Amino acid sequence: MPEPNGPPTATADPAPEYLVRVEHLKKHFPIMRGIVWQRQVGAVKAVDDISFGIRAGETLGVVGESGCGKSTTGRAILQLQPPSSGRVFLDEVELTGLNESALRRVRPRMQMIFQDSYDSLNPRHSVGRIIMEPMVVQGIMEEADRRSRMAELLDLVGLNLNHAVRYPHEFSGGQRQRINIARALALNPDFIVCDEPISALDVSIQAQVVNLFEDLQRKLGLTYLFIAHDLSMVQHISDRVAVMYLGKVMELADRDDLFDDPLHPYTQSLISAVPVPDPKLERNRRRITLQGEVPSPARPPRGCVFHTRCPLAQEICSEQAPEYREVLPEHFVACHFADRKGGSKISV
Amino acid sequence: MADTADIKETGLLVDQAAETGFRSRLIYVGRLLWRDKTGLVGLIMFLIVVISAVFAPVLAPYDPLRQDLRAAKQPPAWSEEGDISHPLGTDNLGRDILSRIIYGSRVSLTVGFFGVLIACSLGLLIGLIAGYLGGRVDNVIMGLVNLILALPYLVFVVFIAAILGQGLIIVILIFGFTDIPIFVRITRGEVLRIRESGFVEAALSIGSTRKRIIFNHILPNLIGPLITIATFEMSAMIFYEAGLGFLGLSVPPSVPSWGNMLATGRKYLTIYPWIATFPGLAIVFTGLGMNLLGDWLRDVLDPRLRRMKK
Amino acid sequence: MSRILTVKNLVTRFYTFDGVVHALNGVSFHLDHGETLAIVGESGSGKSVTMMSLLHLLPMPPARIEEGEAVFEDDDGPIDLLKLSKPERRRVRGGKIGYIFQDALSALNPVMTVGRQVRESIMEHLSLDQKAARERTIQLLEHVGIPGAKSRYGNYPHQFSGGMRQRVMIAVAIACDPKIVIADEPTTALDVTVQAQIIELTKRIQDELGISVIWITHDLGVVAGIADRVLVMYAGSAVEISPVDRLYEHPQHPYTEGLLAALPRVGAKRGKRLASIKGSPPDLQEPPRHCQFAWRCPYNFDRCWASAPPLFEVGEGHYTKCYYDMDQERPR
Repeated sequence: MPEPNGPPTATADPAPEYLVRVEHLKKHFPIMRGIVWQRQVGAVKAVDDISFGIRAGETLGVVGESGCGKSTTGRAILQLQPPSSGRVFLDEVELTGLNESALRRVRPRMQMIFQDSYDSLNPRHSVGRIIMEPMVVQGIMEEADRRSRMAELLDLVGLNLNHAVRYPHEFSGGQRQRINIARALALNPDFIVCDEPISALDVSIQAQVVNLFEDLQRKLGLTYLFIAHDLSMVQHISDRVAVMYLGKVMELADRDDLFDDPLHPYTQSLISAVPVPDPKLERNRRRITLQGEVPSPARPPRGCVFHTRCPLAQEICSEQAPEYREVLPEHFVACHFADRKGGSKISV
Repeated sequence: MADTADIKETGLLVDQAAETGFRSRLIYVGRLLWRDKTGLVGLIMFLIVVISAVFAPVLAPYDPLRQDLRAAKQPPAWSEEGDISHPLGTDNLGRDILSRIIYGSRVSLTVGFFGVLIACSLGLLIGLIAGYLGGRVDNVIMGLVNLILALPYLVFVVFIAAILGQGLIIVILIFGFTDIPIFVRITRGEVLRIRESGFVEAALSIGSTRKRIIFNHILPNLIGPLITIATFEMSAMIFYEAGLGFLGLSVPPSVPSWGNMLATGRKYLTIYPWIATFPGLAIVFTGLGMNLLGDWLRDVLDPRLRRMKK
Repeated sequence: MSRILTVKNLVTRFYTFDGVVHALNGVSFHLDHGETLAIVGESGSGKSVTMMSLLHLLPMPPARIEEGEAVFEDDDGPIDLLKLSKPERRRVRGGKIGYIFQDALSALNPVMTVGRQVRESIMEHLSLDQKAARERTIQLLEHVGIPGAKSRYGNYPHQFSGGMRQRVMIAVAIACDPKIVIADEPTTALDVTVQAQIIELTKRIQDELGISVIWITHDLGVVAGIADRVLVMYAGSAVEISPVDRLYEHPQHPYTEGLLAALPRVGAKRGKRLASIKGSPPDLQEPPRHCQFAWRCPYNFDRCWASAPPLFEVGEGHYTKCYYDMDQERPR
């Protein structure tokens, strides 16, 4: 057993190989006051001390409500928003603390796909130019080779060469997301952070894009961090799932363990709140309805951040933050009452 | 790639978007102009002024400096004592007003164009620095900018002009430098907006250098808003140049400029009103045309707006 | 059950610079007293345009309602919503039919206190004086679950959280005892735990007041939980209308079938692909001469390309616009 609060380290028994390791990652945004002499009056704790690992070739889903810090986590891992503290490793390379030029050399291995497919494409560049840009930036290949690689990428994501001369605004949302995927694949990355890539798409298009993600993973051996708020999509695409709330990981487990036997009260209520597309099931369902809404991450509650809405909250919850520990094998929970006997189960 | 068949199956290669290419774009711009008739009118008005400035020697019936005291103070052709030989009449020294207006457009456009060129390029540079670096540099620059913008503009300009004296270059420099703050403010605002956009983040994530991000991603997206503002500012400069000319602080009185003509005409306003009226109309004509054009450009140069209209 | 609203052959078009957009191509449906009708569809399918046409909320021009009637059973006899004069429209809108918008923040006036906005809506439709209207406002706010309603009366919209703002919107919508409430994607912008609260609230209020609800959404999960009947829209047409159970068990339009199949299933095996509908929705600038779904339809055959299908009755209260009989696996 590794130290309970610690990161999954390579010293733990026949250790699972992690491609990406996140250790005690924090991202705090300072709140400034004053016009001329600015001073810090507080901090938004977007991500507050989280640790986990992602195995090569797997999809780690991250779910949570708005303001839980899931997008910031993705950006902090990729160093697009430098973390306030903590360490991030990609294989043996520590990304935190790399200087700009060293970071630029590692960037091809890790890419990101954004939620807003329009905003993430330069409106003044043609699709061909957008897809070739990564190769130009990294200075790899000759012009002619870049072009054939671009054609190959377009084909890979289900577009064709005719699309290369067009501009982003001429495409539908689903097609634009394909362009984003092609650009992310241009440098043959190992690891891709997908930040709500399908949330803005229509239902019939979502399935197309999710299938594309899965096909590409199979074909190219990609590792995904898949951020979403749609639980059923995350359940579909993930191997393991992390549930976040107010900057902290509440629960992390294999997807089946998490959805069949959620240990954290928040996970239980989240799963219970998701409407199921089956009228008969819906009618007979008993819901755990949480009261209130997510508190502001600028003033998170003391103790367990979830205690203000938790149906099981006791005195200890408002005083002491629970340990994030491995309650069952490979099943991590941050709740005082979580144990093997179901002490943290909410009865409906 | 041979094994991509199953991936392609997931999406249909529908080609519903319009064809692209230079020709179709030109047609599209043509249609945009045709729909927005005021933009078309603005463009035509602006082109008339440009053409008369460029081809002044060909278009002007007389030498604008040639005096003919026998034909002095002749009213426009359509009034009773008018003569077709001087369509808009003559001034107090018998110089042909039409010819002077045509030549006067050269001064106005030169001042407007080069003034904006200076203001825009320096403003762009300073605005980029302020917006991209941020922090203390930004605070200092924007403090200065707001200080200058808080001054009453015309008084400020007249004051400097009075110190520096007359001359075309001096006028251009005065307008060029005093107008920098406007462009700094616009550029900085746009840079802040673009810097937060997804495609800049995407550029960072593929390892682009700062330089590359500025030149490939930020600058091209600045062109649209800057051209629009430049149009408005150029028309404002033409107004202010005429204002300075009217006060005798612009180009030397011998040079035919709209401002100088107004100054001359002022003395005869009650008796020979046409001497001041026609240069005044020329100023209004140019300003109106450029403002209409600017309004239209603002819509057309923004690909997002264009997208919404589609 | 008795009808409260009957819409027949609603045709709305937008006359834009780039051409005519055929937003609605003959939409017909009805709403019964006290029931919840869910309208499902993707962006651009016309679900919001339908409702906005009924209430004259569309900008005209470019929009134009070309055809159709919408008969609303008012207390003193039926009226056609599409043929109302301006003052009559105002009386209906907010008074007889309440509207809950998706984006509560932009639907509420940012510089007016929340209490005043509800109160003014009451005073416009009910003959109450200011004091009585104020009392009723506070009652309403309490009723929709705003804690400390009295003290929050003077707060501005930005001082409320997203879920609370949506509750205020509901209070505005039900303020004047409407017969129908139209909820236009009221939970789309909300987190799932808050969505559950709002859905529960809406159901409770519907039971208490006995109003009819039209719930516009793209989320088939939400539909399953709230609807009595469902109207599926695609590219400006109502392609399938059905009681909710029947629709999920036995969809009779290939589009509905595709949508349901595209949803990830609870407890599905790992690595199972989602069944996706190929392609994307059609360009609405083309006038509909054939079935609009034919491009993407796995069952399409020659008749689908010859004319737009009419509404076939395939069961009790179950209608579909499709030439293909999916049960018999042959054309009708």
